[in-house]
Amino acid sequence: MRFLYYLSDGIIPFIFIIIVGYGLLNKINIFDVFIEGAVDGFKTVYKILPTLIGLMVMVGILRVSGCLDYLVAFMKPVSRITGFPSELLPLVVVKMFSSSAATSLLIDIYKQAGPDSYLGTLASVIMSCSETIFYTMSIYFVTAKVTKTRYTLIGALIAGAAGIAASMIIV
Amino acid sequence: MLNKIWGFLIVLGICVAALNGRIGNISTAVIDSSREAVSLCITMLGIMSLWTGLMNIAKKAGIIDFLTRAMMPVLKFLFPGVPEGHRANEYIASNMISNMLGLGWAATPAGLKAMKELKELNNQSSTASTDMCTFLIVNISSLQLIPVNIIAYRTQYGSVSPTEIIGMGLAATTVSTLAGVIFSVCARNFVKKKDER
Repeated sequence: MRFLYYLSDGIIPFIFIIIVGYGLLNKINIFDVFIEGAVDGFKTVYKILPTLIGLMVMVGILRVSGCLDYLVAFMKPVSRITGFPSELLPLVVVKMFSSSAATSLLIDIYKQAGPDSYLGTLASVIMSCSETIFYTMSIYFVTAKVTKTRYTLIGALIAGAAGIAASMIIV
Repeated sequence: MLNKIWGFLIVLGICVAALNGRIGNISTAVIDSSREAVSLCITMLGIMSLWTGLMNIAKKAGIIDFLTRAMMPVLKFLFPGVPEGHRANEYIASNMISNMLGLGWAATPAGLKAMKELKELNNQSSTASTDMCTFLIVNISSLQLIPVNIIAYRTQYGSVSPTEIIGMGLAATTVSTLAGVIFSVCARNFVKKKDER
């Protein structure tokens, strides 16, 4: 596992060197291009903000009311069988439908347990190895007007489960 | 759908809080959460803009085009139904590379175009082709190499080492993508055999 830590440390400087260096060699006005691209990131976050406010307020209410604790307690049997922490089960389920809602739950976990705790780390890894299954499927298939999706859902669920299992082993 | 769930959960939360005698905490929770969403986004603004800026250099310098071309042999294996040199290849590759580099907003338009081309190759059928299934399964299995947004959230909540999860995330996402690919190839062959019979 030590290798994974070296990789974590090295990958960002590596990407910087490659991209900036290659841009310099190609005689591109890298700083102008950088600024131009940064605007896109700015816009993306700007667009997410209202959604995130709405959903984080919702999670905030569910947290203080005790609803989230009930949900976690309710899911205890599942975690006893699978060994998967029940605190993270709502996150896994919600992540299939909405990425922003899952983000709000992830933030809640960071606040309750801390981002560097076992739960925080496991939640981070799970969030970085899964996609919103139902949301992605509906966007792509609805746009292409495809109604019979055959084995796509099963495949996506298997891939997701494999990712979660791997996260549990790694963390 | 989301409208109803959002409303229902808020009403439920407030009712349960009232029953638990915690109604007084709701106001603070609501105000704190909205403020937190904003400060989270401020942290994200920095990291996301840095990332998309860097990726724009990669695009202009031709690195992304290079990676897209490097994807082609892989596509041949994954999507046998797409002829060589077909436009669908380009869209699929650019969707995958954008996803790998964490540029979701750039990935979706290319992905939708890829779906349209795949549909044309499938005679406009309303049933998904095996290539479509593979494309979506691999897409959903998450290809992201660096989870930029997760790093931003971890930074915001005081992680000692926000980037520590990159390696673990990469290992986990490799496993999920491999599982998706293996399943897709098996399912594809299974379906093909069934059709031949």
